[in-house]
Amino acid sequence: MKQILFLISMLITLGVFAWTASKIKSYFNLLKPAFPIKDISERIKLTLNVAFGQSKILRRPVIGFIHALVWWGFIVILFGSIEMIIDGLFGTERVLSIFGYFYNFIIAAGDIFGLVIAVAISIFLIRRNIIKVKRFEGIEMKKISHQDANIALLIIFFLMISLLGMNTFYQVKVIQQGGEMLGIFPISHFLVSTFIGLSEHTVSILHEANWWTHILLIFLFANILPYSKHFHVFMSVPNVFLSRLKPLGYIDNMPNITQEVKLMMNPNAIISEVDNNSMERFGMKDVEDGNWKNYLDSLACTQCGRCTSVCPANITGKLLSPRKLMIDFRARMKEKAPKLVKDKNFDDNKSYLGDYISEEEIWACTLCNACAQECPINMNHPNLIVEMRRYLVMEQAMAPSGLNAVFQNIENNGAPWQFAQADRLNWAKDIYIKQ
Amino acid sequence: MGKTKIEVPVMADLFAQGKKPEYLFWVGSAGAFDDRYKKVSQAFIKILHFLNIDYAILGTEESDSGDVARRAGNEMLFQMQALMNIETLNSYGVDKIITCDPHDYNTLKNEYCDLGGNYHLEHHSEFLDRMIFEGKIKFGNNHFQGKVVTYHDPCYLGRANKVYDQPREVLKSLGINIKEMPRNKSFSLCCGAGGGQMFKEAEKGNKEVFIERTEEAMALSPDIIVTACPFCMTMLTDGIKYKNKELSVANMDLAEMLAESLGL
Repeated sequence: MKQILFLISMLITLGVFAWTASKIKSYFNLLKPAFPIKDISERIKLTLNVAFGQSKILRRPVIGFIHALVWWGFIVILFGSIEMIIDGLFGTERVLSIFGYFYNFIIAAGDIFGLVIAVAISIFLIRRNIIKVKRFEGIEMKKISHQDANIALLIIFFLMISLLGMNTFYQVKVIQQGGEMLGIFPISHFLVSTFIGLSEHTVSILHEANWWTHILLIFLFANILPYSKHFHVFMSVPNVFLSRLKPLGYIDNMPNITQEVKLMMNPNAIISEVDNNSMERFGMKDVEDGNWKNYLDSLACTQCGRCTSVCPANITGKLLSPRKLMIDFRARMKEKAPKLVKDKNFDDNKSYLGDYISEEEIWACTLCNACAQECPINMNHPNLIVEMRRYLVMEQAMAPSGLNAVFQNIENNGAPWQFAQADRLNWAKDIYIKQ
Repeated sequence: MGKTKIEVPVMADLFAQGKKPEYLFWVGSAGAFDDRYKKVSQAFIKILHFLNIDYAILGTEESDSGDVARRAGNEMLFQMQALMNIETLNSYGVDKIITCDPHDYNTLKNEYCDLGGNYHLEHHSEFLDRMIFEGKIKFGNNHFQGKVVTYHDPCYLGRANKVYDQPREVLKSLGINIKEMPRNKSFSLCCGAGGGQMFKEAEKGNKEVFIERTEEAMALSPDIIVTACPFCMTMLTDGIKYKNKELSVANMDLAEMLAESLGL
């Protein structure tokens, strides 16, 4: 009976998840290519360093370490979750104990991490709801963001409580009913004496209750995540693996412009394969002008706000917030992508640039890359800024006047200022060296 | 001790004589036209001559790198500039380039290669660090003894290209013990000029970025704020003036620090 119930709940979980995943995949198909995924060994190194080693979140050592503990704990506890799925399907109990010492070690570590994570999550809840850390506030941080965070944090908290409960009542059960104790429980061990007086029947029920609570919370969590900012849990490691590997200062080339410029410079040049069919828009006006990495970034973003907290424009009170670029990209995708999938010409007279992100935000950026540097999972916010500027300048001719003057000067005399090209050497005329 | 006038070698002239210098010194628009940064170009030229470096500049053949245009969204203009410069550089067979401008450094190093320009770039901080490391520059007395010196990381040198240590090594070899700002190296705060901001009004806010950064530097009560970028130089100099400290706080480029140390 237990096995059948388990199988049904697991199939429902997988079914819903597959449905969600296929929808998201169809949204990715709407987007442009970003870069080819090569240099796998470099990517693996990067993933080990940034994702598993948590190198970037540890740039803030204290709170970063608490996050790292939660993440490392998740990995350890995942082992136990896999065991629970096998146990659930085949009616076994603690089946992976065949691994012996390794099993004892992992279960012991999971037991300790259960407590560590519960404490860490409590700290996160306090920071967010009582201390109200400034980083979690901002114009883009709506009520839903905080709700999302609190739901996810509470689910994780109860996952840990049920894990410790399961371990505790397992031990009580073994002591009461006899048999071999599988695993070592350095933390929940201390709770055993509290419950040892309960009847065998009660203990069995409490064990089952904790077991089911834990696994069903995992199933529930897995299907809530894709709809919340905590999709981060699934998407952050892939996002790091799929990082842009270029130096932060690099801006992507536009090959279609190269073609035009080369034609302009040498009208006789024979350009092969001029594709007249694709009247492609220069830069980004709406989300479908973005690439898959922009969307992946936005899905992986958990709105921690480290980007915004280091943004020079934001620090000095400007409207720009790098986190908002990500939140709004995802929101606009959520709004538009399902309709675009059905009708590729869908138009609601709204766009990412304009209705979500204002020109004022776009032009406040200094492209200093502090946001990209700070992002613990290697998102690239400046790419969005540059792409939207490209749209504003090349499609709309709507640059701030100061920049228009710069464009004119560069075009006319090869410098951002109004100096004659012929004077470019004047600085070098009177240099004397003491000898 | 006499003074000798330096004739800055120009690529076209050398080429006409059948010579091909080892390095091209890319001056950049700011290095050629910005009054303050012209002094930096001049200081660096003195160092190049002091070191007997085989180099040349493009002179009037150099045009704006297009960096600002690209970052302001004008890709068309950027590529026109880039392709034009690449044609010039390639016609002289240029391989090694040194520049004092981190923005041009970034563009020439990381972006020109997409358009057929492949060069070995050194920012002057990297070049100077290498010269010192190779023992080609030695310092006797500590010219800046007792001075409180801080270093501001230009974004396009630091975060963009991970050049954090070389400028600091150069200052260290001058006998300077750098007093770091709280936000330094990869945590450094932008001067506020990047991404085209240098040439436009700032958006509405409660403070200018350059003032935020200047205040951070001023909190250390420095005698000298060192930087290695023309835009940072402009912003921090403005910041120092805004704080009415231009008489007591100097804003200097790395090359100027070194040239002064060497008594050039």
